[in-house]
Amino acid sequence: MNGWADPAPRAVDGRAPDVFSTAGTVPMRQFSDRDAVDFAIVGTGCGGGVLAAKLAEAGFSVVAFDAGPFWRPLADFASDEREQDKLYWLDPRISAGDDPVEFGQNNSGRAVGGSTVHFQMVALRFRPEWFASRSRLGYGVDWPVDWRTMWRYYDEVERACAISGPVNYPWGPKRHYPYRAHEVNAAGQVLARGAEALGVPWAPTPLATVSAPRGKSPPCVYRGMCKIGCSTNAKQSVLITFIPRALDAGAEIRDLAMVGRIETEDGRATGVEYHRDGQWRFQRARNVVCAGYSIETPRLLLNSASGAHPHGLANSSGNVGRYLMVHLNDAVWGVMEDEIRWYKVPPSMACCEHWNYIDDKDFDGGYSFMSQGPLPTDFARMLVTNEGVFGDELHRQMALYNRMAGLKMVGETMPQADNRVTLADEHDDLGLPRAHVTYSCCDNDRRMRRHARDFMARMLAAAGGSELLETGSTAHLMGGCRMGNDPETSVTDSDGRTWDIPNLWVCDGSLMPTAGGVNPSMTIMANAARIADRITALAGRGEAERAHG
Amino acid sequence: MTGRFHPPYPGWNVLDKWDSPSFNDVTRAVLRKRLEEVPKRRFFTRKEWPTLQALCDTVLPQNHNADPVPLANWIDAALHEERGSGTRHADMPAPPRAWRQGLAALDAEARARGAADFASLMPDARGALLHDVDAGRLRTDWQRLPARRFFRNLVLAEIVAIYYSHPTGQSEIGFGGPASPRGYVRLQPNRADAWEAPPGQWEETP
Repeated sequence: MNGWADPAPRAVDGRAPDVFSTAGTVPMRQFSDRDAVDFAIVGTGCGGGVLAAKLAEAGFSVVAFDAGPFWRPLADFASDEREQDKLYWLDPRISAGDDPVEFGQNNSGRAVGGSTVHFQMVALRFRPEWFASRSRLGYGVDWPVDWRTMWRYYDEVERACAISGPVNYPWGPKRHYPYRAHEVNAAGQVLARGAEALGVPWAPTPLATVSAPRGKSPPCVYRGMCKIGCSTNAKQSVLITFIPRALDAGAEIRDLAMVGRIETEDGRATGVEYHRDGQWRFQRARNVVCAGYSIETPRLLLNSASGAHPHGLANSSGNVGRYLMVHLNDAVWGVMEDEIRWYKVPPSMACCEHWNYIDDKDFDGGYSFMSQGPLPTDFARMLVTNEGVFGDELHRQMALYNRMAGLKMVGETMPQADNRVTLADEHDDLGLPRAHVTYSCCDNDRRMRRHARDFMARMLAAAGGSELLETGSTAHLMGGCRMGNDPETSVTDSDGRTWDIPNLWVCDGSLMPTAGGVNPSMTIMANAARIADRITALAGRGEAERAHG
Repeated sequence: MTGRFHPPYPGWNVLDKWDSPSFNDVTRAVLRKRLEEVPKRRFFTRKEWPTLQALCDTVLPQNHNADPVPLANWIDAALHEERGSGTRHADMPAPPRAWRQGLAALDAEARARGAADFASLMPDARGALLHDVDAGRLRTDWQRLPARRFFRNLVLAEIVAIYYSHPTGQSEIGFGGPASPRGYVRLQPNRADAWEAPPGQWEETP
């Protein structure tokens, strides 16, 4: 139970919400439960949303399910943090381990468009070497994909999301952002000043919100509420980019449709059992794709266990749910002489990837960090959970809100087999076992955290910050059903096809074998775009399950 | 602990922008409901209520507010509606049980300090008790409820989430408040749009 009265499903009767209107609809093709569609896709975020659009455009019949509502941002998104909790996955996950992960707004969306509805739009690429971190840098594990391939797909999804970024990005191979960078706000200028004082490069952050009009999207008005949903449609979320493309190409989106189980027969997936409008139904499909992200994808595969698959689907190697990763999201905050008013503009306007590209460190992996602009309750929650501050002291610290600046890391944790998703003993309102998640940092993670806190503190002090305060947190999810070249140590091959079941696929962040030191959305989208092309190519050779019509 | 709290933006009220382009219909509807339809007690018992209210007063004293935010009512409503956060720590009971158990434990801690219950302690003594709870200096059996996690992750996190999403808490810190369809234009340090709070005044520069 998440405490929210969901709206009724809106993608019904051959119509879906027009996300660029306050009440309008667009035509939508619909499929019968009895007709086996080419692809039943579970999840519509960075993985499933991108895949649904590209597969439909390639001529496949596609039904994409999402557990959450199909919002119209212009009518549904208030300028209010508490109201907008409705964007997050609030049904509890049981969180265990030495460093238990906070879910909900930190990493888990529940809406058509997935977490991109509330992401903060930071659009960075992996460092090329990270796709072969074991062979090139000596840690983690190699991806089964060459960086040059991924680089082409970054180009594709950055164009699809009209990323606004600088002409000259200081790190990695050259890239060209389709829209010009946004003006750097006061909070970003603090990072810039600190970087220049310490002699490291900085850059305006490439962001998925437009700096000039694009189609029906107006340029960003800098209201700063990206994390609680963009109410103007400047943000290029999957909801307003790939979902309309998917609908145009003939895909059906089923909102408020929770898939609880994948059925199999004779070693093949036959379709999905889903709950919508108060009843359980079954959609037949020639292929099933899990795109529910690093918690829900393993949960679904594990809950689909059957006589022939006693440990869950695609789990003969025992790897489903394992190698779950987060990003270290520790921060340093300081009080400035100036009024910064960091609530204006997307929260992370300036970034520094210096430590992603320097290998002489006392830890493996890398981290980036960005300037900050948390909304009031977000900042207050961090203060109280980290410091236990209350009473007049809480009032005093919050009264400095407009003079705060902060630097927050996105740090690469190491893949560890024991950081994993399993099924809990207790069940949700639909009778499905809840996810049980265990997470513990390793020594390398702790060394990186220390390094980042020290460096960010030096930089913030150099920029004029005083009363420095450190906080700890995590963000994002990666892994849980990793892809690889070896069926013994991975769940899928490089195409996202599970090793065990030829017509069962995974296409989301759970595929990621390593986490990288940057926000993951662009990497998940690029990988999904790549997988869509691979599936289309395989089908052309008769190697994917493909229907006619 | 410092002295009495002086808000840095006296007179600033985000609600003054109600009829401006900073507010849209959906935001007005959400805020109208929050301001006009304060939920009645439904989850906590009559006996638990004074403890909860004393806890809220200690975590966020509102002596400076002419019209205090009804924090206890909104905590009660969230529990009544079974509103979740997405996370349940493996060492914590579900929120309804954790809250009941935690309030009872606060009363027990107060009794162990010679008071009848938590609410009958003087404000400073309540604060001292909460500091003890946060630091793990417990005098009673909390029956496996992790005291600090209860205090920080449930009590404090919920109270600030209610207070600082309320126009009263937002105005107090000089936040711009609702901002749609109109956002902001002046993004430089020490610059503010006409529809933002005027420069703040702090008693002492830290």
